[in-house]
Amino acid sequence: MTRKTRALTGAGALVVAGALVLSGCGGGSGFDDTGDSGGEGGLTSSDDALTILIGSSGEAETAAVEDAVAAWSEESGVEATVSVANDLPQQLSQGFAGGSPPDLFYLAPEALAGYAGNGSLVAYGDELDNKDDFYPSLVENFTLDGEFYCAPKDFSTLALIINTDLWAAAGLTEADIPATWEDLTAVTKTLTTGGAVGLAFGPEYQRVGTFMAQAGGSLLADGEPVADSAENVEALEYVQARLQDGTFAFSTDIGASWGGEAFGNQLAAMVIEGNWITGALSADYPDVAYAVAELPAGPAGQGTLQFTNCWGMAADSPNQEAALSLVEFLTSTDQQLAFSEAFGPMPSIQSAADAWTEANPDLSAFLTGADYAQFPPTVEGATDVIADFNAQLESLKNGNPQEILDSVQTNLEAVVG
Amino acid sequence: MTAQVSTPRRGRFSGIRRGEGLAGWLFTAPIIVILGVFLFIPVLMALWVSFSDWSGRGSPLSPSVGFVGLDNYAAVTTGGGLPERNFGIALRNNAWYVLLVVPLQTILALFLATLVNRAILRGRGFFRTAFYFPSVTSSVAITVLWLFLFSTTGVINEVLSWVGINGPNWFADPRGIVHVALGGVGVRKGPEALTGGGFLGISWWEWLAGPSIAMSAFILMAIFTTSGTMMLLFIAALQNVGVELGEAGMMDGATGWQRFWHITLPQLRPTLFTVLTLGLIGGWQVFDQIYTGTQGGPAKTTVTPAYLTYQAAFINQDWGQGAAIAFILFLIIIFFAALQRWALRDRPVSKRRARQYQVKGKTS
Repeated sequence: MTRKTRALTGAGALVVAGALVLSGCGGGSGFDDTGDSGGEGGLTSSDDALTILIGSSGEAETAAVEDAVAAWSEESGVEATVSVANDLPQQLSQGFAGGSPPDLFYLAPEALAGYAGNGSLVAYGDELDNKDDFYPSLVENFTLDGEFYCAPKDFSTLALIINTDLWAAAGLTEADIPATWEDLTAVTKTLTTGGAVGLAFGPEYQRVGTFMAQAGGSLLADGEPVADSAENVEALEYVQARLQDGTFAFSTDIGASWGGEAFGNQLAAMVIEGNWITGALSADYPDVAYAVAELPAGPAGQGTLQFTNCWGMAADSPNQEAALSLVEFLTSTDQQLAFSEAFGPMPSIQSAADAWTEANPDLSAFLTGADYAQFPPTVEGATDVIADFNAQLESLKNGNPQEILDSVQTNLEAVVG
Repeated sequence: MTAQVSTPRRGRFSGIRRGEGLAGWLFTAPIIVILGVFLFIPVLMALWVSFSDWSGRGSPLSPSVGFVGLDNYAAVTTGGGLPERNFGIALRNNAWYVLLVVPLQTILALFLATLVNRAILRGRGFFRTAFYFPSVTSSVAITVLWLFLFSTTGVINEVLSWVGINGPNWFADPRGIVHVALGGVGVRKGPEALTGGGFLGISWWEWLAGPSIAMSAFILMAIFTTSGTMMLLFIAALQNVGVELGEAGMMDGATGWQRFWHITLPQLRPTLFTVLTLGLIGGWQVFDQIYTGTQGGPAKTTVTPAYLTYQAAFINQDWGQGAAIAFILFLIIIFFAALQRWALRDRPVSKRRARQYQVKGKTS
C-alpha cells in the first residue's frame, strides 16, 4: 500500500464512520416518529412539558403570553415554558430539521404551506372546541387542501389613519372622511402641503393590495391566479397617477421605513396601516393625534387586507393533547381580550368582538374591516412571488402596471400549477 | 534545478523509525476526527442535500429522502421561473460588488500600507491603529452605523447638501448607478439589443444596471472595513522587502514611482495573491450586512447568492435549492481564485523585455 492510498483509505473510513454516527443521531429523533403523529388524526399524549416559541413584538407581548401560559400551567398541571425567538423562521426550521421542534409556535400563513408540505405540522383545527367561533376568513387563511391546520391567534386589518391636527389645519371636517376614490383624490390634494404628502404607505402589495381589493381584484380567485385582471390594472393605475401628482407617496420615498414612521414624523397626513400602528404611535410619537377610519370604497366597493398568525403545532410534539388544550385556553374570549389590552391585536373569535369594540371605540374601523378583508395568497412559493411583486412596486411611479401584473401572473401560475 | 535527484526509498517502517508513522496518525487523529465531523462530513451532507428533495424535516440521510439529480441546480439556472430570476439578480448584484470592492480595497490597502510603512512618518502606530480599527469592529455594528449614516436625513446627505448635492435616498433607491448616470444624460430605456436577450432570467440591460445606490453604500462599507486587514498583510510584506534593490534602483536613477512599480510591487506578488483571494472569497460570500441591514431590499438589489441560500432554505423550505446555490457559489469562488492565480503566475521574462538587459553590440 502506498502512502497515498493508505491516507485515502484512512480518510474514507473516517467519513463512513462519521456519516453513520451523524445519520444515527439525526435519524433516531427525526424520521422515525412521523408515523405515530398523523395516524388516524389522533393527537399524541404524554406527560412531557410543553415548549412554546413566539416571535414577540416586545416586552408587553412576551409578558402577556408568559402570564397566560403560566395561568394555564397552574390549571392543567402541565409544565410549559415560553421562549422568544429572535429569528422565528430560522429557529423553527432548525427545530423541524433536528426533530426537536417547539410544541407550539407562532406561524405565519405564508409559512404554512411549506411546513405542512414536509409534514412538520399537525392539522388540529377541527378538534378545537371553539372552532366555529373564529372568523370564517381567518379559518380559510389557515386551511390548506380542505384541512384547517391551526387556530388563528389574533388578527389585524388595514385602515386609514388620519392625523387630526393636519386634517383640521387643512380645513377638513369629519364629513370629509373619504368614502370613495374620488373623495380620496380630493382630500389628499387638500392635505398635500410643502411638509407632508396626503397619503403614504409602504411600497408593497401588503398596502397597495387594498386598492386592488377595492377595485374588485385580487391575486388569487378560487385558487386560480388572476393577477393580470383589468381590476388590478385599474387599481395600480389609480395609485400610479396619485404617486405622479405627488398626493400619494411611498413611505420609503419620503424617508421613512414604514407608514408608522412617516405618520409619526408628520411626513404624511394619512397612512394605510394596521392596528399595530397604535402601539408604535403611543410609544414613539405620543404627541401625534390621530383617528382611524375605514378605507374608502373603490369601483367595486370596500376592500382591505387582513394579517394574522396562528398557533402552529408540531407533528413531532409528544404531547399534542395538552398543546390543544393550551391553544383553546389562549384563544378563549377572556384571554384574547386580555392580550388585546396588553399589546393591541384584535381577537380572532367573533364572541369577543363586541367587548373589543366597547373597549376600543376609536379603533372599531379595524374590526369592521374584517367583513370585507382579503388575505395574501398562502400557496407554497407565494412568498417569493409577492417579494418579486413588491420589488417591482417600488418603481410603480414610472413603471407599467400591466407589465408588472403580467409578470406576477406568470410567477403565480408557476407556483400554483 | 533541472534534473530531479532521486533518493533511494527505504522501507518506511524499518530501523529506528519504526512506529513513528503510527504515532503520527495517533497524534493527528483528534484533529482529523474533529475536522471530519464538523467540517468535511457537513460539507458532504450539504452536497447530498443539493442533489436531494430533502424537505427540511428529519435527517437528510433518511430513506424517505430521494435523489433528484441536478433538478435543484436546474431550477436556479435554467428553470425559467422565479428561482432562476432571483439567482440571476443575486449574481448580478454580487458581481458588481466584487468588481468594485476587490480592486478598490486592494489598491486602498496597498496605498495605506506604503503610507504607514514609511520610516519618516510621525505617529505611525497611531495611523496603523486608526486604519485597522474598522476591521476589528463587528460587521453588524458597522452595518447599523452605516444605516444611520446613510439614512435620508443622515450625516452623508447632510454633508452632500453643503456642496449643493441633493443626496439620494440611499437604502430605498433601487436604481442601478449606471442607469442613474445614463438617466442623467437622457437615456432611460435600453437598446433593443440589450433588453431583448438576457441571462438567468434578467436582461442584459438589467445586468449592466450597476450596483444599486443601496448596494453602493455596502460597497463603500466593505472597502472601509476590510482594507485595514489587507493593509496589515501588505505592511508585513513590505517589511520583508529589502532596501538594497530600492537603493540599486535609486543609483540607476529610477523615480520613486518607478521603484515602487518595478521593484517593490513585483516582490509583493505573493501577498497580492493572498489579498486578492481573500477579497474574492469575502466578496462573493457577503451575507451579514445584507441580513442585518436590508434583507435584500430595495427591490432585491442587495440580494446576494449567500443571502439567497439562507432565504431559500430557512424561509422557503427549499433546502435543496439553497444547497445548490451554495455549491454554485463555491464553484464561482474556485473559478475566480484559479483565474487570478493564473493571472499572477510567475512568467518567464519575455524576449522583448530580456533584450533590454542584454549587452549591446554583442550577438549571441
